[in-house]
Amino acid sequence: MIESKVAAKGERRMVTGDYAAAWGAMVSRPQVVAAYPITPQTMIIEHLAEFLAAGKLDAELMRVESEHSAMSAVVAAEATGVRTYTATSSQGLALMHEVLFISPPMHLPIVMSVVNRTVAAPLGIWVEHNDTMPQRDTGWMQIYVEDAQEALDMVLQGYRIAEHPEVELPLMTGMDAFLVSHTIESVDLINQEDADAFLPPYKPVHAYLDPDRPLVLGAASPPEYIQESRWETDLRMRRAAEVLEETDRAFGRAFGRTYGGAFETYRLEDADVALMTLGTVTSTAREVVDRLRTQGERVGLIKLRSFRPFPMERLQDATAHLKAFGVYDRAVSYGVGGPSYIEARNALYDTTTMPILGFLAGLGGRDVTPADVELMFKKTLGAVGRGRRASGVHWIGTRGVSP
Amino acid sequence: MTTIKELTQEDYFLSGHTACPGCGGAMVVRETMKVLGRNTVVYMPASCLLIFSDMYPYNAFTVPSLQVLFETSAICASGIKRALKRLGKDDVTVVAFAGDGGTADIGMQAISGAAERNEDILYVCYDNEAYMNTGIQRSGTTPFGAWTTTTPLGGTEEGRGKNEFKKDVPRILMAHDVPYVATASLGFPADFLKKVEKAKAKKGFRYLHVLAPCPVGWRAESDSTIDLAKLAVETGIFTLLEFEDGVLTLNREPRFSPVRDYLKLQGRFKHLKDDQIASIEKWIKDKWERDRALAKALGPKPKAPVMVTK
Repeated sequence: MIESKVAAKGERRMVTGDYAAAWGAMVSRPQVVAAYPITPQTMIIEHLAEFLAAGKLDAELMRVESEHSAMSAVVAAEATGVRTYTATSSQGLALMHEVLFISPPMHLPIVMSVVNRTVAAPLGIWVEHNDTMPQRDTGWMQIYVEDAQEALDMVLQGYRIAEHPEVELPLMTGMDAFLVSHTIESVDLINQEDADAFLPPYKPVHAYLDPDRPLVLGAASPPEYIQESRWETDLRMRRAAEVLEETDRAFGRAFGRTYGGAFETYRLEDADVALMTLGTVTSTAREVVDRLRTQGERVGLIKLRSFRPFPMERLQDATAHLKAFGVYDRAVSYGVGGPSYIEARNALYDTTTMPILGFLAGLGGRDVTPADVELMFKKTLGAVGRGRRASGVHWIGTRGVSP
Repeated sequence: MTTIKELTQEDYFLSGHTACPGCGGAMVVRETMKVLGRNTVVYMPASCLLIFSDMYPYNAFTVPSLQVLFETSAICASGIKRALKRLGKDDVTVVAFAGDGGTADIGMQAISGAAERNEDILYVCYDNEAYMNTGIQRSGTTPFGAWTTTTPLGGTEEGRGKNEFKKDVPRILMAHDVPYVATASLGFPADFLKKVEKAKAKKGFRYLHVLAPCPVGWRAESDSTIDLAKLAVETGIFTLLEFEDGVLTLNREPRFSPVRDYLKLQGRFKHLKDDQIASIEKWIKDKWERDRALAKALGPKPKAPVMVTK
């Protein structure tokens, strides 16, 4: 986060990430909210229910019977022409999977907060990104946040990106289970007036259900038409990469803090090697970068925020001077490696021959220590000059497995 | 009440759709829409109805319509209604038209949830007693003994058609104590239209279960739809009933003509042996006894807890 002093300030309070997300939703003025409880997302909908009961939130709150219905309800409400919000985690997102595909082609800019949690089996409630990353090809944008403030800010930013007339795509934010969702931090709770100034009311252009202007949404289509719909959705996802950057800058002008758009860099400019992280591990990695720098190692960091749209060209430019690159993932595509490692290799194939290493750690919510991150840097440094053959996937901190 | 004579000549579900000749589902939708009128939003799941009414670039509805998924009729209709309420258009009727598969089987969870929350929607199930769109597979509401492509005929016990009786969806909805549950048959249009009109006028969750013969799936003549819909009632195999604010009324005492008269018009029952037909006769008798007892036992539902309204 990059902060400046001259900007709108809300009330600063000590709250959890879940509270911050709920607050972000509230000040975004959704008109229909539908949700189903799942650990560790529960506090988000509890707080929204409290805001409703206290008269602070003016919305239809649908306490539905499953996540499948939560997503279906917001799809239908958004299709009717109102702003909607939902939140989930883990199995809940997996249950929503079928419904996720509906909104991108239908131009439904839903915003959802996801608390990233392990997907069974084995059952676990701690952080892993194996719930959101498999949703990669549904057409949803995916933004990973690092702390409670970002969880709040990205709901507000999320609507502005999603509802942009050239985007009209749904957006999910991912926050690490417990490390963000349940950790109490000092958060600037944006006030309603400032939120309204940043986010105008939603005006549907392509999706509404109104007897005075009849429209068919979700018609069956023969092959003659579906491919164009796919192309058009792809186009909007590409445009979203630009809108994401513009929106973050606009947010900075309004609130005095920005997040670097699709990714934030740290001591990258003069670095020889860099690590790319996402989520809370980033905070640990900054410390490790500083420590290694004092030891004379020229290391830097990229905090990846936007997994979809994936910042292909920006990443090519940002890494052009590097001699080796490490990519950390908290999810695994079995037999291949971490999802963002795969993305990074794909993005950089045309522009570099440096080694790109994949690191898997913290799966199932295992702590990722400074020593773990240091090992990632050391391995990346060790790969300098060895070319693409030094690329590969390393499991860090796995019992009985040498990294 | 509007009589059939007074019913509007205007259609909100237009001819030119591609339903099979004699399609009961299409008739249910057309007649329901005549009563609901233009101030309506329609939800339909992936189904025969979607395919024969809304295959891009064609569309048979003159009112707005939405399709999301197969099992989401009740929840999507609820989402539409909640949004319309926020937009100050609470006067718009939101109706979901779904078949028996999308209702009794895969859609059951969402219906139960919407009914429990008393969402302000009208849910119309056109029951053609199998998954017709995918090619006549058995569903929860397929009747005992019926041949379908997943209950094919063969030399064993498994080869005598469906071995289970029809799932009683209206009774499941009654257990939710919703404001209105009714069954109807295309063979009794006055009763059917009266029930649509009643359902339209009420607030909260309303459920209409309409028997919609499918000549293709039932292996019957395409001009027999209405005859079959009449016979289903007169043999007692399909009961016309109404459940209003906790009170159950059996609307029509049938003649109890032999069920064989109904079965013999349908190729799906052609193979039935006498013992299977006897099972069906007994099932009809038991069902009527139980429904009569139920109608007697069910009084007005307990009063809703007092709520302070805004």
